[in-house]
Amino acid sequence: MSELKLNVNGVDHELKVPESLTLAALLRQELGLTGTKIGCDEAECGICTVHVDGVPVDSCIYPAFKAQGRKVRTVEGLACHAANGEEQLHPLQSEFINHCAVQCGFCTPGLMMTAAALLEENPEPDDRDIKVALKDTYCRCTGYTSVLQAIHSAGRVIRGEEPLPPGEPEVVTPLKTIGHSELVPDIVDRVTGRAKYTDDYCFPGMVYGRTLRSAYPHAIVRRIDTGRARSLPGVLAVLTRSDVPGENVHGIVTLDWPVLVGENETARYMGDAIALVAAETEEIANQALKLIEVDYETLPVVADPVYAHTPEAPLVHAGRENGNLLKHIKVRHGNLQRGFDEADVVVERTYRTPIIEHAFLEPECTIGVPAGYDGEHLKLTIYVGSQIPYQDRNQVARAMDLPDEQVRVRGTLIGGGFGGKEDIAGQIHVAMLADAVGRPVKLLYSRQESLLFHPKRHATVIRIRTGAKRDGRLTAVEAELYGDAGAYASLSDKVMTRATTHATGPYNVPHAKIDCYAMYTNNPPAGAFRGFGVTQSAFAVEQNMDLIAEELGMDPLELRHINAQKVGVVTATGQKLRDSVGLLETIRICDEDLRGKVNGNFRWGWREADLAWGWGVACAYKNTGLGGGAPDKSAAEVEAYDDGTVEVRTSSADMGQGLVAVLAQCAAEELGLPYGRVRVLLSDTDLTPDGGPTTASRQTFMSGNAVRHAAIGLRDALSSVLSEEHDQPPDLLRFEEGLVRVNGSSVSFGDAVRLAQNQGIPTRIQHEYWGPKTQPLGTGGDMHFAFSYATQIALVSVDLNTGVVHCEKIISATDVGRAINPMLLQGQIEGGIVMALGNALTESYIVEDGVPWSTLLARYKMPSIKHTPEIVSYLVEDPVSEGPWGAKGVGEIPSINTMPAITNAIYNAVGVRVFSLPVDQDALLLALRRGETEVHSAWHDVREFRQHA
Amino acid sequence: MALWERYHTPQTVADALACLARYEGQARLIAGGTDLLIDMQHVEKGDHPLAALVDVTTVSEMTTISGKDGWLHVGAAVTHTSIVKSSLVEDHATCLVESCGVVGGLQVRNVATLGGNVAHALPAGDGTTSLVALGADAEVAWHNGIREWLPVTQIFRGPGISALDSRQDVLVGFRFRCRQDGEASAFKRVMRPQGVALPILGCAVWVQLDESRQILKDLRICISPVDRVPVLAAEVEDSLRGQVITEALISRVASAARDQLHPRASKYRASAEYRSHMIETLLNQVLPLAIARARSGVAKAEGVGLG
Repeated sequence: MSELKLNVNGVDHELKVPESLTLAALLRQELGLTGTKIGCDEAECGICTVHVDGVPVDSCIYPAFKAQGRKVRTVEGLACHAANGEEQLHPLQSEFINHCAVQCGFCTPGLMMTAAALLEENPEPDDRDIKVALKDTYCRCTGYTSVLQAIHSAGRVIRGEEPLPPGEPEVVTPLKTIGHSELVPDIVDRVTGRAKYTDDYCFPGMVYGRTLRSAYPHAIVRRIDTGRARSLPGVLAVLTRSDVPGENVHGIVTLDWPVLVGENETARYMGDAIALVAAETEEIANQALKLIEVDYETLPVVADPVYAHTPEAPLVHAGRENGNLLKHIKVRHGNLQRGFDEADVVVERTYRTPIIEHAFLEPECTIGVPAGYDGEHLKLTIYVGSQIPYQDRNQVARAMDLPDEQVRVRGTLIGGGFGGKEDIAGQIHVAMLADAVGRPVKLLYSRQESLLFHPKRHATVIRIRTGAKRDGRLTAVEAELYGDAGAYASLSDKVMTRATTHATGPYNVPHAKIDCYAMYTNNPPAGAFRGFGVTQSAFAVEQNMDLIAEELGMDPLELRHINAQKVGVVTATGQKLRDSVGLLETIRICDEDLRGKVNGNFRWGWREADLAWGWGVACAYKNTGLGGGAPDKSAAEVEAYDDGTVEVRTSSADMGQGLVAVLAQCAAEELGLPYGRVRVLLSDTDLTPDGGPTTASRQTFMSGNAVRHAAIGLRDALSSVLSEEHDQPPDLLRFEEGLVRVNGSSVSFGDAVRLAQNQGIPTRIQHEYWGPKTQPLGTGGDMHFAFSYATQIALVSVDLNTGVVHCEKIISATDVGRAINPMLLQGQIEGGIVMALGNALTESYIVEDGVPWSTLLARYKMPSIKHTPEIVSYLVEDPVSEGPWGAKGVGEIPSINTMPAITNAIYNAVGVRVFSLPVDQDALLLALRRGETEVHSAWHDVREFRQHA
Repeated sequence: MALWERYHTPQTVADALACLARYEGQARLIAGGTDLLIDMQHVEKGDHPLAALVDVTTVSEMTTISGKDGWLHVGAAVTHTSIVKSSLVEDHATCLVESCGVVGGLQVRNVATLGGNVAHALPAGDGTTSLVALGADAEVAWHNGIREWLPVTQIFRGPGISALDSRQDVLVGFRFRCRQDGEASAFKRVMRPQGVALPILGCAVWVQLDESRQILKDLRICISPVDRVPVLAAEVEDSLRGQVITEALISRVASAARDQLHPRASKYRASAEYRSHMIETLLNQVLPLAIARARSGVAKAEGVGLG
C-alpha cells in the first residue's frame, strides 16, 4: 500500500492503495464512483473516459499513480449543486436527455466526458470536431445521430444560446400521452452516473467468481485436477461437473448446453465451461484458474456449416439421430416449376454473411446471493441484466434441483442486449458458487470472455434463385440457406426459421421453395441477434431484386413497388395479410425524398473526380412476436395507490429501447393520469408477473397490451365503485388529468382509489395478455400476428484509388403501426441502421478452425461516430388492429435492409456487386482494376498468401 | 488482475536508468502505456505481475518540444496530442503532425507518446514512418551509461523488435533538421475499417526543392510496411532526385514504384497486390502535397483526428 493524493470532482483524497491499481479501479472500487464504466479494458471503447487535469483519458489503462497530485473529474462531477443543494445538470446532461441521446446509458458517461472536454476547449464545434473527439468512444445503441445533436445543443447552451429543438419525427395526432416523446423515468440517473448496472452492486461479504473455459474447440476432457487451486489461500470453492446439484444442462429451446463439461465429456467450443472458482478477490480467483489442470483429448473440428452437413464431418453432438443437422426448415408455396416456367428472367447467386458479435457495451455480469443470507435474500437470488428473467429462473432451478419458486431473479439495468442476453451466461454458475460459498458471489465477464463466450449472429451461405416476368412481377423464389448454429442450439431453430420464411422478401411471390439447414459446428453458438435471421436473408433477397431489375431494365424502386406485399397478399407461408401492410407507403416516401424534386435528373450512380457515388435501395419486413404457433403471452399488473400514483409491474426487459416509458404511457393513457404518476417495476420474478422474453420485437405489442388491459381492468373497477357512489352509469365517467369526472364534478384519482380500497375492491389488477393465435410453419394460416415494414435508401461513396467505401446517407421509412413514443422509436431506428451499417462495412467475428481470432475488441470494430451517416427517417403509421393503439414492433426492422441497400449502392456507384460481407475494400479495388463485376470474398478472406481468383 | 506491483515516476533520465537497473530486468519502462499495458494484459498474459513500471512522462527533458541550433527536438515522452497541437512541429515537420494525428482516438493520443510508437518497433508505426522520412535521429541512454544519437532507423531490428531493451534502456528523444525554404513534408495512409487499427500502408515524404522550385533537389520517402523494419524507398527517391517536377514524372515514378517495392500480404489487413496499388495511390497523393507545401511555404496539416 502506498500513499496516493489526488483530487476527484473537487474533493481531495489521501488514500493508501496498491500501486497496481488502474484509475478506473480506483474510482470504482476505492471511491465508489461507479458512474465510470468499464467496457473493454483495452483503451478501445472509450466509455471509461475521465478527465485528468482536464484531459480526457481512458481510465481502464491509466495507472492510478500516474494521477498522483492531479485533478480527476468523472461523470459524477459533471453536474453542480446550487446553494440549496439542488442538482443542476450540466448542459450536456440535459441535452443528452432532451435529444434522446441516451438509450441503455452504459456508454453515456464516456460520451459525455469526452464531449465535455471538447466543449471546454471548443464551445462551438462542428460535426467534424465532434467526430474527431468522440471517434473512439463507442455507443452501440443510438447510432450517434442524436449524440451529435445533443452535443451541438449543449454547445449552444454553454454559449448562452437557445438549445436546439429535439428532432421529433412527424406522427399522427397524439393522444393524451400516447404519441408523445415522454422521457424514460430514470433518465437523470443515466446521465449522472447514479444508474446501477450489475457490476455496480456490492453486497457485504461479496466474493468473486471466475470460469475456466475449454482450451480447445472440440475435445474430450479426460482429467480435471483442482487440488492446487483449492489449496491456494483465499480460494473458497472450486466447482466442477459433479458439483452441479441438478441437471447439468441449459438451453432456451433445446436442452443441449452443459452447465459444466465434466471428465470424459466433450467440450464443443472454446467457451465451454470446465470449472468455476470463487475467491476472496478477483486476483486470487484469476490465480486459481491457472492452477486447475485439465487433460484433453482433442477431436477433429467442424468449422463450417456446409462441411458440417457432409457425411465425413465429425459429429459435434455424438449420438444425435440427425447428426450435425440441428434443423431442416422448409417453406413450400405454390408450384416452383410453374413459377420458373412463367419467368422471363431468372437470376441465381450465392451470398455469404459472417458471424456478428453483439458487442453490447456492458459485458455480462451476474451476482448470486445464497438463500437466507440476509433479510432481503430469503431465497437464492440472482441479480442479472437479462432479456428473459423467468426463463433464467427456470434454468437456474433445474440445474440447482430447486423448485422454480425457490429462486428469485432480480433484473438490473441492462447495458445493451440486442439478443445477446437471452441465453444463460453466469446465472447458473453464480448460483452454484453462492450456494457453495454461503456468501454473495459476483461473476463479471471481461470483454474478452464475453467475446469468446456468448452466442452470436449466424454466419450464413445463401444460394437464391429469383424469377420474374418481363413486366416485373416476381414468379418464383428458390433458395437454400446454410446457417452456422455453432456448438449449441440456443435459438438457432427459431432464428433460421425466420431467415427461411422471410426469404421471399416482403413481396408477393406466388411460388417458392426454400430450404434451410441449421448446422451444429464447433464455432461459438449462434442465437438471437436483432434482425433474427432476416438480416441475413434480406442481404441475398434484395440484391437479387436489383439483379432482376437490371436484367429487365427496370427502376429498382419500381420493381419493388410492383411486387410489394399489400393487404390481401398471401405470403409464402400461406398467411393472408389482413391489415397494417405499410410497405408501399414506405417505398413512396423514400422515392419522394430521393427524387421528388429532381425533375428527371436523377441518377443512381455518378462520379466526381476520384469518388464514385451511388444510391441503393432495399426493402424489409419483420414479424412482431414469437409466431409459428408458439403460445405468445405477457402478464402485467397495475396497482393504484391512494396518493394518485400507479405502479406497473412486469418481467420484461428494458435494455435501452425505453420499454419503461412505453409501458408507463400505456397505463397513463388508459387511466387518464399524467405520465409522471406511473412508476414501472420490471423484471423481479417475485414481484412482477412474466412478460415473456424480450425478443422478436414483441414487448410494445405484448407487454404494452398486457399493461393496457390491466389498466382498463383497474379503470373498470374504479368506475364501478364511483358509478355506484354517484349513481351514474359507468360510461359517463371520464378519467382525465389525474381526475375522474362525474357529471360535472370530479374526484381525484387518489380519492377514487381510496374509495375502492375502503369498499374492499381490489386496486391491483393483473392481466395475462395472449397474442393472437399463430400457426406453425407448414400448416398455412397466420404464422405471425403482425409485420413491420421498411424501405431504406443508402448513398455511398467509393474511393476509386483505394476502394474505401463510406455510407454517407440513409433515407429510411418504417411502418411501425403507431408511434407510442416517437423519439424513443426514432432512436431505435437510427441505432438499428448504424448497427446494420457495421454489419455491412466493419464487422466480422472471425473464427479459425473453431478458435476465435476476434478475441479482443481491438479486433472487432463496430461503427464509431465517424461512420455515422446522415439519417433521414420517416415513420409510417399503418395501424395493426390488435396492437396497442395500432403499434407493432420496431426493435429489429431497421437492422434488416441497410446491408443490401449499401451493397446495391456500391454496385450503382462502381458496377461491382459485393456478395460477401463485410465489404473488403481490397477485393473491391482489385475487381475495379481488373474490370470484374462481382466480389465474392470478404475482409476475413484476406490471408497471408491469398491468390485473387 | 494486477499487472505490476510498484509504479515509479523518476524526474530525470539518470533516475529512470537507475530505477530500471535496481530491478535487474524485472521492471519496464512505461510512457503512455497504451500499447504496453494492453500487451501485458491481453497478449503476454504473464503468470505474475511485473515488479515495477518506470514512468518517464515525469522526466521533463523527455516531454518537451524545442528548437535549437537548426534542429527541432521532440522528447520521447511527448504525447501525440502535444505534437498535433504544436505549431512548431506543424511548421517544421508537417508529416509528423499528420501521422501522429491519425493514431488511435483522442483519449489514446492524449497519453500515447511518440517514443512509445517508435519503441513498439512496428514496421508501419505512423509516427515512425514520418520520423524516417524526416531523417530523424534518436537519442538513446543505454544502461551502460552511454548516451548517443543514432539514425532513427537503427532502432528497429525486426517487426516488434527494438534495439532498446525497455527493461534497462531509455529512448530519450528525437531530433531532425528545422525546415528551410523550399522544404516540406507530408504523410498519408490507407486504413480499412475492420480489424486491428494498423495502417495497410503509410507514406511520408520530405522534399527539398531548388531555388526555382521546379527541381527536386533532394527527398526522402518512407513507405511502410514494405519490409520487416521501416526503410527509405531509395530506388524511388533516386528516380526523382534532381528531376524537373512534372505531373507525368510523378505519375510515372509512382507507377514504377508499384513494381520496385515488394510489400507482403498480411492476414486480415491487405493482400500484397492491394498494397502495391496503394504505393502508387499514396505516392500520387503525398508527393504533390509535399511539393505544393515546399513551393508555397505554407504547411497546414491535413486529416488530423479522423484517421
